[in-house]
Amino acid sequence: MAVAFAVSAVASAGLWVTYWRGGQPQVEGVLIALALGGLAVGLVLWAKDFLPAGGLVEEREPLASTPAERRAFQRDFERGEEYLERRSFLIKMLTVALGALGIAAVFPIRSLGPKPGRSLFRTAWRTGSRVVTEDGRALTAADLPVGGVLTVFPEGRLDADSQTLLIRMDPDEFVPQPGRESWSPAGYVAYSKICTHAGCPVGLYEQGTGRLFCPCHQSVFEARDGAKPTAGPATRPLPQLPLSVDRQGYLRARGDFPEPVGPGFWNRP
Amino acid sequence: MIVRRTTRWLDDRLGASSFARTALDKVFPDHWSFMLGEIALYCFAILVLTGIYLSFFFVPSSRDVVYQGTYAPLRGVGVSEAYASVLRISFEVRAGMVFRQMHHWAAVVFVAAIVLHLCRIFFTGAFRRPREINWIIGITLLLLALLNGFTGYSLPDDLLSGTGLRIAYSIALSIPAVGTWLAFLLFGGEFPAHDIISRLYFIHIFLVPAALAALISIHVALIWHQKHTQFPGPGRTETNVVGSRLWPSYAMKSVALFFAVGAVLGLLGGVAQINPIWLYGPFVPQAVSSPAQPDWYLGWLEGALRLFPNWEIRAFGHTVANPFFPAILLPGITFLLLYLWPFLEQRFTGDRLHHDILDRPRDRPVRTGLGAAALTFYGVLFIAASNDVIAKLFQVSITGVTWMFRILVVVLPPLIGFGVYRFMRGAKLTGAESMLEVPFSAMMRSRPWPDGEALEKSEREEEVRA
Repeated sequence: MAVAFAVSAVASAGLWVTYWRGGQPQVEGVLIALALGGLAVGLVLWAKDFLPAGGLVEEREPLASTPAERRAFQRDFERGEEYLERRSFLIKMLTVALGALGIAAVFPIRSLGPKPGRSLFRTAWRTGSRVVTEDGRALTAADLPVGGVLTVFPEGRLDADSQTLLIRMDPDEFVPQPGRESWSPAGYVAYSKICTHAGCPVGLYEQGTGRLFCPCHQSVFEARDGAKPTAGPATRPLPQLPLSVDRQGYLRARGDFPEPVGPGFWNRP
Repeated sequence: MIVRRTTRWLDDRLGASSFARTALDKVFPDHWSFMLGEIALYCFAILVLTGIYLSFFFVPSSRDVVYQGTYAPLRGVGVSEAYASVLRISFEVRAGMVFRQMHHWAAVVFVAAIVLHLCRIFFTGAFRRPREINWIIGITLLLLALLNGFTGYSLPDDLLSGTGLRIAYSIALSIPAVGTWLAFLLFGGEFPAHDIISRLYFIHIFLVPAALAALISIHVALIWHQKHTQFPGPGRTETNVVGSRLWPSYAMKSVALFFAVGAVLGLLGGVAQINPIWLYGPFVPQAVSSPAQPDWYLGWLEGALRLFPNWEIRAFGHTVANPFFPAILLPGITFLLLYLWPFLEQRFTGDRLHHDILDRPRDRPVRTGLGAAALTFYGVLFIAASNDVIAKLFQVSITGVTWMFRILVVVLPPLIGFGVYRFMRGAKLTGAESMLEVPFSAMMRSRPWPDGEALEKSEREEEVRA
């Protein structure tokens, strides 16, 4: 016991020194463990060797009150209640007043955030938005090799909901969706990077198979086939952004995504 | 002398001596498993102490700054003020790193101790009358501990926790009817809105801790008032408590336990790295780390999100999005069942009697079997939260691993539950003192011993008569 307390005291002194000399996490951790551990060991041994343990019996008194006490409580409560009940109209008005006050207290919750409105249906992509990298460099049709992939944004906007994956596909392997044959000039395909399951960035692209993986919950999307989900919990394809190439060769959006990006929500049709 | 004078001074003003005397002489039963809740309590104490220190340095702001601190690899990188302040706590504030890591470890152990304590209460039937109220408070404490764990590790605004918040936002969005509004009000707008860090901070350091402190006080006060349960044994009855006195035996042991918890957390905080946010990097909406797993106590939810099939309800111009089922409905049902358990059991067994003597798990094979099945279910979900890591480790396809877990999570719980039920039944019927003494034949017998049913019935009748 004395040894344990001594170890503790020495370790505590060690803590003073360590702190004074600038601190060092590992040393501090070990010293805290020794300082507190010494106390713990010392006290446990003390309790074990020198203090009485076990064998004592304490009676439990019944928890419940006696019937007489219950009746007395009931009677006293009802006596007070009677005074109140005599003014039944006042009780009704009081209820109305408190209810109105309670409803008034709910209104300020509205201040916590803006109205969702259409904001989940739109991103910052507009017709003619140039396709730029994270650091704002505009991309031309010559910038990515076949098989290359980049995270891109509409020019001038780094909105989280506008993050988009730009993939340059081998035109032989890529099958455009019906009605979207013109959306992928020179093999450039753009999909929303936000997973349609729980909104994580779909960060992994496997070039050999043309698959996109979401690292959060392991949804798999087929980039060659409209980014349709083929495994994992995602239920909808990643929305596709229609692209075009302008006369200078810059990649441009031909409008916003045709549907809301990201995970589902109640008022999404 | 000084004690005597203080006592007199206090007693003249408060008349506290008689209460204090019963307190000193109070008898507590001895069993190691009764310390699990105490460990949780002391984790909470250490969380408060280390948390106060951290709160003096943390800046709950998502304003962009350029990091200029001493951690060289990130110097010159644009980060949020919150992230920069956690780097400062870690690398520049003296003793900051050890306290921050102790704080995180304490949270991890806190929830673990609560869950073990919950298991002890469940499997020994300590939630039965008269302790249903304390069970409800305990479940609420678990819920609050989970909430505070999540809000806490989301504060540093690093890439891992930012991804967690992103998922939380999507889960909120998925709630029918109110989800869209709820997500916008909670986050202050479309993700990543800038109000969330400061709101989480207030929730984390004030709202939830205050609720925890208040409920813990009531929890302990009720144990005090109702007196602790005890295991069956010689001399122990429903009308007594057999054990050791609070003063000085239990007081000293309890203080020792506090120091022991502190010692373990100090060691972990010093030498076991946890949540190295400087390796994850600051949160950027278009980036994500892989593999990404939450703290252990949210693993079951993460696993459920990964395993739940790709179902979604779309009808009448509305969507009930996929995350709703695994991340709102499942925890909703989980906690509803936990809250209702004492009452469900009363309804099914018809046992509404007062109990101060604990069950041994083998005395209640059905309850123990159900508990084992539930633990298996959440255990499989927990492991499934690492399906990507498992696929990588064994070089197998992630889809195959996911399907394996989807099957296991349905098949394994009833199997394990039934196996445990048979085992407990065998142990009960043979009357073995130790569960290791149960003969194999007793567990495997396809029908219980001929007098099994009768035995149970007569036991129940005895209880009713008592």
